[in-house]
Amino acid sequence: MIDRLALDIAHLCAGGLVLVSFMLLYQDRLTGLINTFALHAIVVSFSVAWQAYIQHAPQLYITAGIALGVKAIVIPLALHRIIVRLGIHRSIEPVVSIGQTMLAGIGLVALAVMVMLPVTAQAGTLAREDLAFALSVILLGLLMMISRRNAVSQVIGFMSIENGLILAATGAKGMPLVVEISVAFSILIALIVIGVFLFRIRERFETVDIHLLHEHRGEQP
Amino acid sequence: MAIALALGVQLLQLALVLVLAPLLTGLVRKLKAHLVGRQGPPLLQPYRDLARLLRKEVVLAESASWLFRAAPYLIFATTWVAAALVPTFATGLVFGYAADVIAIVALLGAARFMLALAGLDVGTSFGGIGSSREMMIASLAEPAMLMVVFTLSLLAGSTQLSSIAAALQSPEVGLRVSLALALVALIMVALAENARIPVDNPATHLELTMVHEAMILEYSGRHLALIETASYLKLLLYVSLIACVFFPWGLASAAQGGGAYLSAAVVYIAKLGAAGFALAVFETAIAKMRVFRVSDFLGAALMLGLLAALLLFVTQAT
Amino acid sequence: MLAALLGCVALLLVASVGAIALADRRLATTAIYGVALTASVAGLLLALAALLAPAPVPATLALPIGLPWLGAHFRLDALSAFFLVVANLGGAAASLYGLGYGRHEEAPARVLPFFPAFLAAMNLVLVADDAFSFLFSWEFMSLTSWALVMAHHRRSGNAAAGYLYLLMASFGTLALILAFGLLAGWSGAYDFAAIRTASPSALMGAAVLALALAGAGSKAGVVPLHVWLPLAHPAAPSHVSALMSGVMTKVAVYGFVRITFDLVGAPLWWWGALVALTGGITAVMGVLHALMEHDLKRLLAYHTVENIGIIFIGLGLALAFSANEMPAAAALALTAALFHVFNHSVFKSLLFFGAGAVLTATGERDMERLGGLIHRMPRTAFLFLVGSAAISALPPFNGFVSEWLTFQAILLSPALPQWLLKFLVPAIGALLALSAALAAACFVKAFGVTFLGRARSQVAREARETDRCSLGAMFTLAALCLVAGVLPAWFIDALAPVAQALTGSHLPERHGLDWLTIVPIAQSRSSYNGLLLFVLIAFAAALAAAAIHRFASGRLRRAPAWDCGFPDPSPATQYTAGSFSQPIRRVFGTVVFRAREEVEMPAPGATQSARLHVQLRDVLWDTLYVPAARAVALAADHLNAVQFLTIRAYLTLVFGALVALLAVLAIWQ
Repeated sequence: MIDRLALDIAHLCAGGLVLVSFMLLYQDRLTGLINTFALHAIVVSFSVAWQAYIQHAPQLYITAGIALGVKAIVIPLALHRIIVRLGIHRSIEPVVSIGQTMLAGIGLVALAVMVMLPVTAQAGTLAREDLAFALSVILLGLLMMISRRNAVSQVIGFMSIENGLILAATGAKGMPLVVEISVAFSILIALIVIGVFLFRIRERFETVDIHLLHEHRGEQP
Repeated sequence: MAIALALGVQLLQLALVLVLAPLLTGLVRKLKAHLVGRQGPPLLQPYRDLARLLRKEVVLAESASWLFRAAPYLIFATTWVAAALVPTFATGLVFGYAADVIAIVALLGAARFMLALAGLDVGTSFGGIGSSREMMIASLAEPAMLMVVFTLSLLAGSTQLSSIAAALQSPEVGLRVSLALALVALIMVALAENARIPVDNPATHLELTMVHEAMILEYSGRHLALIETASYLKLLLYVSLIACVFFPWGLASAAQGGGAYLSAAVVYIAKLGAAGFALAVFETAIAKMRVFRVSDFLGAALMLGLLAALLLFVTQAT
Repeated sequence: MLAALLGCVALLLVASVGAIALADRRLATTAIYGVALTASVAGLLLALAALLAPAPVPATLALPIGLPWLGAHFRLDALSAFFLVVANLGGAAASLYGLGYGRHEEAPARVLPFFPAFLAAMNLVLVADDAFSFLFSWEFMSLTSWALVMAHHRRSGNAAAGYLYLLMASFGTLALILAFGLLAGWSGAYDFAAIRTASPSALMGAAVLALALAGAGSKAGVVPLHVWLPLAHPAAPSHVSALMSGVMTKVAVYGFVRITFDLVGAPLWWWGALVALTGGITAVMGVLHALMEHDLKRLLAYHTVENIGIIFIGLGLALAFSANEMPAAAALALTAALFHVFNHSVFKSLLFFGAGAVLTATGERDMERLGGLIHRMPRTAFLFLVGSAAISALPPFNGFVSEWLTFQAILLSPALPQWLLKFLVPAIGALLALSAALAAACFVKAFGVTFLGRARSQVAREARETDRCSLGAMFTLAALCLVAGVLPAWFIDALAPVAQALTGSHLPERHGLDWLTIVPIAQSRSSYNGLLLFVLIAFAAALAAAAIHRFASGRLRRAPAWDCGFPDPSPATQYTAGSFSQPIRRVFGTVVFRAREEVEMPAPGATQSARLHVQLRDVLWDTLYVPAARAVALAADHLNAVQFLTIRAYLTLVFGALVALLAVLAIWQ
C-alpha cells in the first residue's frame, strides 16, 4: 500500500497547486503572472511525476514531461517575447479589488471541498483529496478568467484550468489514455494561445500600446 | 528546592531573551551590509547604541503628557513578558502554562496600543502618520496571526505553546500543506509586525516611508532605549515563535535537566543565526511596497491562514 | 428575595411619580438619584445573593394585577439573577454618576421622572414570567427610554432620532408579540411555565427564532436592524446613554436567550449558524461604522453594535453545540457570551460616563474640536484610557478574557458534524479577530484625538475636571474592569448555575491555588492566568524603572516638539479623526461604505484653499430602509383616497366587508 510519506508528498503537491493558483490571483503585473504560471506548471509536472512513481505507471512520466516542457518552458518564453514585441500594457486591471477576489477564491475552495468530499466517500484517501483540490484549482482558474480585464490573464486562467484537470486525471488511478489526452490538450492550448494573439489581441492592444498610456497613468480611486 | 530550580530556569529564560535580542538585530544589520558590499556596523553595535541612549538626557516636547513618559516602560514590560513566555530552549517551564498564544498576541497588541497612543500624544503630524498606518497594518496582521494560531491549535488540540511544540514534534503530523501555508502566513505577519521590508523600512528617515519610526520620532534618551529594546525583543519573539512551532527539533522538555538545556540553548542560538541570515537575504532581495499594497499583502496572509484552516478540515475528514 | 426585589421596583416607581411632583425644586436631582442609587444597590445585592446561592427551585410569585384571567407572574432563576446583577450594577453606577452630572441638566423635569421608571421597567422585564407582563414591561422600557431620548428635543437631530427609535421599537415589539403568540397558541397558555413544557414543531421553532431575532435583536442592535441605535443612544443625556447601551441592550439579549434557550425547546443546528453569522457580520459592520465617526458618543454607540455582535456569536455557537448534543462546548460558548454581557455593560458605561464628562466640560461631542484634554482632565483621561484598553481586549483587563473564551469556543468547532458549520465557524473566527483588531484601532483614534495632542479649540483649552460623584462612578467601574480581568475565575464560577440551567453543563471548577487560572475544557488544553500576567507585567515594568533609575541618566529637559525640524505652532497641523481613519477607510471603506474622496484643487495662482470631500453611504440604509419608507409613503398616498369617498361609497365598503365575512363563515362550515 501507499506509505505515509508518499501520501504526504502527494498531498503537499496538490495543496501546493492550490496555493500557486492563489498566487496567480494575487499578481498584478503581467511578467509576474507569467512566471507564476511557469511555477504552476512545474508543480503540476512534479505532482504527476510523483503519482507515476507511487502508482508504478511509467506512462505518466510522459505527461509530466509534456507539462514541464510545453507549459513551464515553451509557452511562458513565447508569452514573454510576444508581450515585448507587441508592446502590451503590462499591468493587469482586476474587475474588483485583489482582496475581494481572494475572498471569493476562499469561498470557492470551501465549496469545492464541501461538494467533493461527501460525494467520493467510497474512494481512497489520495483520490478524494486530489479530486477536491483539483476542483478547487479549476474553479480558481475560472475565477481568474472572469475577474481580469486582460486577455493574457484570461489565457493563463484557461491553462491553469487544464492543469487542474491533469491533476484530477492522474489522481484517479487507472484512467486510460491519460498521456494521449494530455498531448491533445497541450496542442489545443498552444493553438488557442497562438490564435488568440495573432487574430484578436493585435487589433485591441495596438491602441493600448504602453507608450500611449504614459500620460494617463494615475491612481485609481 | 525543585520549584526554586524551576523558577531559576524560567528567570534564566527571561534574562536570555533580553540579552540575545540586540545581538539578533546586530547580526541582521551586519549581514545586510555585507550583502550589498559594505562593511557594516560591528555586531555588538546595538548594545553600544542602547548604552549611549541611556546616558543621554531626555528631551521632552512641551505638549507631551504623563502617558508619553509612562508608555516606554509599559511597552517594554509587555513585550518582554511576551518574549519571555515563548519557549526558546525548553518547553514546560514554570510559567509555561500561561504561554497561551492568544495571550501573547494580545500582549503585543497592548504594546502596540500604547505605542500608537504615544505617537499621537505630542500632537505632530508625523506621529499621526505613524499611528494611523500602524493601526491599519495591525487591523489586518492580527486577524492573520489569529488564523495561523487557529490552524496550529486545530492540529495540536490546544493553544498553549508547549503543547503545540510537543504536538508538532511528534511524527504523526507529517508534512502537511496546511503547515506550509501557516508558515508562509506567519512569516508575512512577522515581517509586517516587525516593521521589516517589504512593509516598512527600519532604517528610513523619510517620513513618507515611515510607520514605526514615525511613532517614535519624538522619543529620546532612556525612553528611546526602552522602545528600541522592545522592538529588538519583538523580532526575537517572532523568530522564537517560528522556530518553536515549525522547527521544534532540539527543544528540551522540562524534565530533562541541565545538560539537555545547555545543548538546547546552543541549538536555539543556531536557529537564531539561521533566521537572521534568512531575514537579511530576504530584505536585501526585495523592495518595499507602497503603503496601500500592504493591505493586499496582509489580506493575502489572512486568506492563507483561512485556507490552511479549511484544508485541515479536508484532511481530518478523510 | 423575589418579593424584596419587587419592593425595590415599587420604590423606583414611587420615586418616578414623586419626581413629577418635585421636579423643579433644587433638591430634586439629589433626592431622586439618591433614591435610585439605593434601590439599585439593594437590587444588586439581592440579585447577587440569588445568583451565588441559588435556590433548588426558582422562586415564583403571582400578583393579581394585569389581565384578569392571567395575573402577573414573576420568577427569579439563575438567568434572571445574572441579568439583574448586570442591570442593577449599571443602574447604580448611572445613578451615582447622575448625582454629579444631573446638576448640569438644563431640563431636569424632562429627565428625572423617567429615569427611575426606566430602571424599574428593565428590572420588571428580567423577572417577568408570562408573556403579557414581559411585553408590557418591554414596552414600558421602550417608552421611558424614548422619553429620555426626547429630553433635549429642541437640539437638531434629536427629534428625528426619537421618531426612528419609536418606529424600530414598535417593530421589535410587534415581532415579539407574534413570537409569543405562536408560543402561547401552541401551548395554550400565556405563562412561561406552560410554554416551557410544550415542545413546538421544527417549523414553529424556526418562526419563533426568526421573530425573536428580529424583535430582541432590533432592541439589541443587530445588523440590519441597528440603524436607530447610533442616533438614539447619543441623543439622550450621558448617563441614560450608558444605561441604554450598557444595560438595555443586555435586557434585549436576555429576551433572546430566554426565548431561544428556555422557551422554544431543543434547538436545531442551523439556528446556531444563522445567529452566529448574524453576530459576525454585526461585529464587523459595527466597528467599521465606528471607525468612520468623529462624534464621540455616536462612535461609542456603534461600538455597542460591535460588542452585541460578539455576544451573538457566542450565543450562536452555544445553540449549534446544544443542537449537536455537546453540552460542555455549549456551556463554554454560553459562558463566554454572558461574561461578555457583563464586561461590556461595565466598560461601555465607563466610556459613556467619560464622554459625558467631556461633554459637560467642553460642551462638545465632536472629536475634531477637542484635544489635549489629558492635561486639563487628567483623572477622566486615565479612567477613559482604562475603559479603552478594556474594550480593545487587551490583557490584563476583562475584555480580553471574554474574547479569549469565545475563541476557545470557536476552536472546538471541528467536532461539529455539519459541513456548513465546519466551514462557517472558522470564517466567523476570522470576522471576530478582524473586529477585535479594528476596535483597538478605533479606540486609539477616540482616545488619541480627544485627549492627546494639542487642543484644537478654545473650549478644549479651558476644560475643567468633572465632579467627584462622576469620578467615583467611573473609578468603581474601572476597578471592576481590572478585577474581572485579573480574577475571572470568580465571575465564571458565578455563571456556572446559569450555564448549567440552560445547557446542562458548566465550565470545570477550579480549587485551591488553581483557582487563579481559568480552564475552558481541560488543563492540558488551554488555560489563562490573568493574575500571573498582571504580576509579570508589573514586575517587568518595575524592574525596568529601577534599572533605569540606577544606571541611566536622570536628566530631562522640555523643548518644542522635533517634528522632523518643521514644528508648527498651529494645532491644525496635527492628525484629525478623519485623517487617522483614512488608511482604514481606503482599505475597507470603498467596499462597505462606497467611500469616495474628492479633492477640489484651486487653479495655480488662485488663493482659495483646497477642499477635501469624503462621501460615505450607509449601504443598508439605502437598500433596505429608504425603499421601505418609499413603499409605505406610496401605499399611504394611494390609500389616502379612502378619506375622500362619498357616503354611498363608505356604505358599500361596510356592506362588502359584511358579505365577505358571511361568505368566509359559510365556507368554513
